[in-house]
Parts: sequence; C-alpha cells; structure tokens
Amino acid sequence: MTMKILVVEDDADAANYLIKGLRESGHVVDHAADGEHGLEMALTSPYDVAVVDRMLPRRDGLSLISAVRAEGRELPILILSALGQVDDRVLGLRAGSDDYLSKPYAFTELLARVEALGRRRANTPSQTVYRVADLEMDRLSHRVTRGRTEIDLQPREFRLLEYLMRNAGQVVTRTMLLEHVWDYHFDPQTNVIDVHVSRLRSKIDKNFDRPLLHTVRGAGYMIRDGLR
Amino acid sequence: MTGFGKLIRTTAFRLVVTYLLIFVVFAGVLLGYVAWNARRVLESQLSETIDTEINSLAEQYRLGGPRRLAVAIERRSRGALGFIYLLTDQQNEVIAGNTPEVLPAMAREPGWHEFVFDRTDDQKLDRVQARIRLFQLPNGLKLIVGHDLADRQRMRIVIRNAMAMSLLLVLCLGGIGAWVVSRRVLRPVDNMTEAAGRIMAGNLAERLPVRGVNDEFDRLAEHLNLMLNRIGELMNGLREVSDNIAHDLRTPLTRLRAASEEALRTAKTPEELQLALERTIEESDGLIKIFNALLMIARAEAGSAPGTLTDVSLNEIVADVVELYEPVADEAGVRLVMGEYAAVRVRGSRELLSQAAANLVDNAIKHGRPADGDAPGQIRVSVQLVGESVELVVADNGSGVPTDDKDRVLERFVRLEKSRVQPGSGLGLSLVAAIARLHGGKLSLEDNRPGLRVVLTLPVRRAAAGGSV
Repeated sequence: MTMKILVVEDDADAANYLIKGLRESGHVVDHAADGEHGLEMALTSPYDVAVVDRMLPRRDGLSLISAVRAEGRELPILILSALGQVDDRVLGLRAGSDDYLSKPYAFTELLARVEALGRRRANTPSQTVYRVADLEMDRLSHRVTRGRTEIDLQPREFRLLEYLMRNAGQVVTRTMLLEHVWDYHFDPQTNVIDVHVSRLRSKIDKNFDRPLLHTVRGAGYMIRDGLR
Repeated sequence: MTGFGKLIRTTAFRLVVTYLLIFVVFAGVLLGYVAWNARRVLESQLSETIDTEINSLAEQYRLGGPRRLAVAIERRSRGALGFIYLLTDQQNEVIAGNTPEVLPAMAREPGWHEFVFDRTDDQKLDRVQARIRLFQLPNGLKLIVGHDLADRQRMRIVIRNAMAMSLLLVLCLGGIGAWVVSRRVLRPVDNMTEAAGRIMAGNLAERLPVRGVNDEFDRLAEHLNLMLNRIGELMNGLREVSDNIAHDLRTPLTRLRAASEEALRTAKTPEELQLALERTIEESDGLIKIFNALLMIARAEAGSAPGTLTDVSLNEIVADVVELYEPVADEAGVRLVMGEYAAVRVRGSRELLSQAAANLVDNAIKHGRPADGDAPGQIRVSVQLVGESVELVVADNGSGVPTDDKDRVLERFVRLEKSRVQPGSGLGLSLVAAIARLHGGKLSLEDNRPGLRVVLTLPVRRAAAGGSV
C-alpha cells in the first residue's frame, strides 16, 4: 500500500536518510525543512502520515501538531525527538501526536510505525472479527479458532494476537508490542517479547502445516498467510 | 565622602540612627509631659496662694472698709516677696500698692489675667510676667492682687536644661548601645557573607558558620548548608556520570571502531561486510541503551518531573511485571513465584516502578542461579506492608552478593563478575536505586541464606478512606 508521507525535519542528513528509506519502501514523500513550511504543507495537501521532528526552526514540532489539530485535521502524526524520556513522550502525545519515537531510532522501527499509523486510518477500527487464512479471532466473544480447532489463550496472549492480527501483513516491532500490549515504554534488558511471541506461536502454529506468525529478521514480527 | 556613603548604607548604621531617633522622641515626650504637669501644679498652687491673700484682704475690707483695706495693702506691700498689690480709686489714682507698673491692667475685665510689664529694680530693667486677679469694689475702687511668675520661669529653665542634658545622654549612651547591639546582631551575617565569598571563590567544601545557639541566623546557616550539601551531591553525581561515561562508553566505542576498521581492511565478500555492519549496529544499539539508562538515572536522581507521579497500585504493577517475565524465567529453568501480595497504593510513576521491578526480576533471573548447578532456581517476589512503608522484595536462592560488595553493586557500571560474560551494562541496580530515591524510598541488599534478597522500600500512600483497595 503506497502512502503519501510528509517529513518535517531540519537536519539535511537525517531528512535524506528518512526520505530515501521511505521511498525505497514504496511511499511518496514530501519534505519540509522548517515548522512554518511544514504546517503550510500539512494544511494544504492531503497526506496519509506526517513524520515531525520535535525541534524545528521557526515553529517547533509540538506547536505544529497543535496547529494542525486546531484546524480539525485528523492527519496521523509521528513525532521524532532526541528527548526520549517518559514525560517528553507524554507531552508529545498530549499535544496531539499519535505516536512518539526517540532518536536514535532504527529505520525498520520507524517504517513499521509509520505504516501502522497510515493503515490505522484505512482500517475500520470497529471490526469485530479478524481473519488471517484459517485463523479467526472474534473480539466480542474472545474466541480464537484455527480451522476447526479452538485455541485457548491467556488474556495477554489474546491481546498480543489481537494487535498482530490488526496489523496483519505488516511488520510489528518488539517495542510496538511492548507499548501496545503491555503499555511499557522502557526497554527490558532481556528480550521478553520474543519469549511471549514464541509461546503464542506454539499455540497457533504448532500442529499446523502452514505457519502464520513470522519473524522478520532485524525488525520484528508479522502475521500473514504464508502462501500468499 | 565615599567612606561616609558606605557607612550610611550599612545596616548597622541605619539601625543605630533609627534607634536613636526613637530614643530622642521618647525622651522628649516624657520630659514634655513632666514639664506640662509641673507647670499645672505650680499654677494651681499660685492661684491658691493668691486666693488666700484675697480672702484675707476681703476680711480687712469687710471689717474696716476701703481705708482699712488700703492700710493692710500698704503693710503687706512691704516685705512680701513676689506679691503684687495695687488699689486705685475711680480716677485711676493709686491709693496703695507696691507695683504701679500693673496700672494698665486696671482697664481689663475683672477676673484672672496674665500680664507682662517692665520693672526697674536696683537700676536694672526686668521684664516680669505675673498672674493677677482684678476686682471691682464698690465706690469705683479697683483692686489687683497677684504674684509674679518667676518660679515658673525658673522651672522652665530647669526643664530646658534637663532636656538638653538628657538628649546628650541619650545620644551618647543610645548610640553606643545601638552600635554594640547591631554589631552583635550583624556579625554572624558578616561572617556568613565572608564564608559564602570563600565558597564562591572555589572552596566548595567550606560551610557557613553555625554558632550553635539555634537562633534565626543559625537556622538560616543550617538551611543554606543543607542546600550546599545537596548541590554538592548533585555535582558529584554529575561528575561521576561524566567520569563513568568517559570510562565505560570508551570501551564499547573502541570495540565498535576497531571492528569496523578490521571489516573494512579484511572483509572480501559482501556477506562478510554485511555481517560486520550488522555487528556494528548491534554494538551501537548497546551503546544507545547504556546512554538511555544513564540519562534515566540522572533524571531520577535530579528528582525531576514530580508532576508525573500519580496514585498507582504497586501490587498490580508488580503482578504485571511478574507476568511479563514468567515465560522468560520458565525458559531459564527458574521458578518465578509471587509471594505475599498486599494491595498497596503508592505515589509514583507506573512506568518507572515497572522498570524498577523489571530490572530486579531480570537481575534475579540472570544472576540468581544456585551455585549448585543442579538445584532448581526459585525467585520469590512479594509486596508486603511494614509499618508506614511497603517493601517490594525480590529474593532468589542463588550465590548472593558478598557483604563487602553490597553497597558497591548499587553504583553505576559496577559488575561483580569481572569477565563480563553475562549481558548487562552494570546500570540496572543503580537505576532501581535512583528510582527508589525519586519516590522517597530506598533500595537495600540483604542476605537470603542462600541467595540475595533485594528490598525496595517505598512510603505508602494512605487513602483518604483509610483502607487499601
């Protein structure tokens, strides 16, 4: 799915790196080098997602986001910041950004988050049944079945699978899982997420000849129909 | 002039002047009151004396008419010091009396008057003030009986002298007293100023003098000293961090650089280069983690963002972390169990407390293996109320930490195993300790016989209703 992305970043190297990466991933990218210009572009052209640096010349990132929200725009915005602490993140989200990523970041992490933001708007959020191949999740009755077999999941495993299936076909990083399933924003020293995912995998993929939950090397996980 | 200008600006001088002014005004009011009262007494006495004289003259008049009165006046006029008599007929001719100078007063209304006249006495001209009473007698006779006011004038002089004298005394004694008192009061301030000057000049270990009398100046000095201590601690912390960054970030940075250089020199195939680059990214991720942890510690120690602290349930936070780590412990062959589980609310940050609990559990899983390789590992996590505080205890049955190292292990970058084969930055426990301090609590390491018992103590938030959830 090709998205139209606005990048507002004043550092030329960082911007080029971002733009190049996003274009290579098949997206259309526009660039603004300062906050005023960025705001003007965000208000005049339709974008699927905006990536905004927190510290910008002429108008800082938080003020840009507030101005976009004040115009009633629902453009999904990811804010980038060198200030990665908890309270900074809270400030960013309060100003109206949809996601927060602190520098330095891995490009795969940024790409996964940007795509998740763009998709969130495309998807109907009130969907009650998620389906990937023969794996089916009913969010109302909390039932998960694969083929004709019912799969028994712990509450946390259910939320983990729910998040993966909502983003089916897209990479989901470990930090995204930690943030959305556990609501933690720190980095546990051990890769606890891997263990949880492998437990989930043993429940939904074991005993089935077609694996659905894949590990994407250097990025994270993805659930999709393997034959497609 | 500059010296005087300086003097005027000192608090001591201003205090002295203020006190002197107050003293002078006070002494003036006091003496004025005394003078006014004395004058009143003198006047009433004088009036009484004159009245007595009049009564006795009236008696003479009643007994023998104007003739006898004139005789009595003539007799009394001689020898009575200070008394004034004058009797005139209807033509204003003096019949008897000793002070013809008061003749003009005869024109006045009958009654009390004060009258000033000039009198020649022994060839000396005197201006005399007198209190007189004028009577209109039958047959057009007029009588003046009075007394001069020399006593009052003498008293006025006495009072004026007393005023001058006391003003002088007040100025001298008050000035000296005020100077001494203000020196005494202001000396500690001067001492503090000097000490502060030396501290600013670079003697950072010096503290303000405390005299031990527990007065306002001592309390001020004590508070300032506490502030200096806190600043000193923060500065030391900062210096320690920068030292440690210099020391402990250099090592991985050197490794990173060396690995990249070697790959550039020796790698031949794209696969080898890719592998080297992947290692570089891994290594730099490790560096970023260390950096973030250091920043977190510094922030927590500076006690920043108290606004982010809210009312949170400690037991739920701990249960979530145990649930997060349970599969990890399972894979590592360690039993992770929840012990005592008191429902407690504390004032804190869910994020930071979760991270603290996660670090403790993570540490226990990594380092808490029993020394005897076959024995099953067990980690017991409990939340228990102890008096006014709550303890989060993570206890393992591993090899523990030697007593000597218990404090050291909380410092940044300290890792007990010198070989550093286990992953970790050596920052985990320092971060937990910093988080504990931020929440007004503390972290301590105890012996679990065998194993390590890490206790994170936090103050309990007492609910308004008085009970826990």
